[in-house]
Amino acid sequence: MNVTRRHMLLLLPAAAIAWKHVLAGTPEAAPNYKLSEHWWSMLIDLPKCIGCGNCVRACQTENDVPDGYFRTWVERYHVTDYDIENPHVDSPDGGKKGFPPSKEEGGKNFFVPKLCNHCADSPCTQVCPVGATFISPDGVVLVDKKYCLGCRYCVQACPYGCRFINPATETAEKCTLCYHRITKGLTTACCESCPTGARQLADLKNPNDPIHEFLKTHSIQVLKPYMATHAKVFYNGLDGSVR
Amino acid sequence: MNAFKDAGHIFRLAAVFVCGILVFVGVRAVLVPKSFGQYGHYRGDALAEIAARPVNFAGHQACEDCHSDVLDKKKAGKHVHVNCEACHGAQAKHAEDPASVQPAKLDTAVLCVRCHEANIAKPKSFPQVASADHSSGLPCDTCHQPHSPAIDTGETAQATTPATTKVAPGGTK
Repeated sequence: MNVTRRHMLLLLPAAAIAWKHVLAGTPEAAPNYKLSEHWWSMLIDLPKCIGCGNCVRACQTENDVPDGYFRTWVERYHVTDYDIENPHVDSPDGGKKGFPPSKEEGGKNFFVPKLCNHCADSPCTQVCPVGATFISPDGVVLVDKKYCLGCRYCVQACPYGCRFINPATETAEKCTLCYHRITKGLTTACCESCPTGARQLADLKNPNDPIHEFLKTHSIQVLKPYMATHAKVFYNGLDGSVR
Repeated sequence: MNAFKDAGHIFRLAAVFVCGILVFVGVRAVLVPKSFGQYGHYRGDALAEIAARPVNFAGHQACEDCHSDVLDKKKAGKHVHVNCEACHGAQAKHAEDPASVQPAKLDTAVLCVRCHEANIAKPKSFPQVASADHSSGLPCDTCHQPHSPAIDTGETAQATTPATTKVAPGGTK
């Protein structure tokens, strides 16, 4: 085969591109990921939460959440001894920059991270008039950006206040449980960056997931069980005052 | 044929309906995406589109593949379960191209207090200090090595930290 100078000049960039692909290794996408083999949920171990705000920052970095909006946030509760019905709750900037020293002494003080509960019977997906939001076959509540009209029905329907309208795209946005990560075998950005292990991604369909043992041996609660949403974010050690 | 003598308008009406239905079916076939209804009342392709988003946090597995020395150091201390990117931030770009993308050097004076500044809302068993009293403004890594933070008494027992200002774990000053 005759390789002329002209051919060589053409081949060089092609070879460079090919070599770049070799160096990059195999793409991270998991071709073996089967939708039917997973049922995702999350465990929040409240006694471990220190309110550092790492999860909030990580979520914003990972998902380009606009400033002032939150897919996950941390609340600080202050409950006085005899008034469990009226807790004082604050969440300055969603806890993104941590928390200032607590003002009130006495009573109970603790942090509660919040995020989409990825309900198995989610009110938000039921009200969507165009089929833009849905529960995926692996149990994650997602929004199809291309289909969303921005009508805000779902924002109103969510009992947990976990949705917002992205001011740039004018479409509904929410926690995706880092769907782009969990389908590649990674954990979510918030779980990855939680320094104390207070947040743990769990796969209810995986019999070897430690979640099963944990749920069996701890007092577990979900938020607003009376809404019958079948929330899949499980809280360990949740105080009755948490709304 | 007498039965249909005066029924011409019925057939015209039926023809209009049939045309309408055909137009509807035709337009629907064009407008509704093929994957709509693949898994449910939504566009099945949306799943792949959402999953295609690039990753920013590489995950501790990627870090440990190269930095096994740091992992060994962490195993000796209390920070063994703290993932690398909890402090170092999202490093997927560094993991992809370690030579040209270098993580920023961290300021321990800012970083450590994010978790360890005393606050009564924190769990009592979590080690906390009032940073202003504890180190009088010195960065934490003057005494503590972040990857294995317990002070090695044999080597660096310079007593930079007066014992009196140290808040015991759980104490909130």
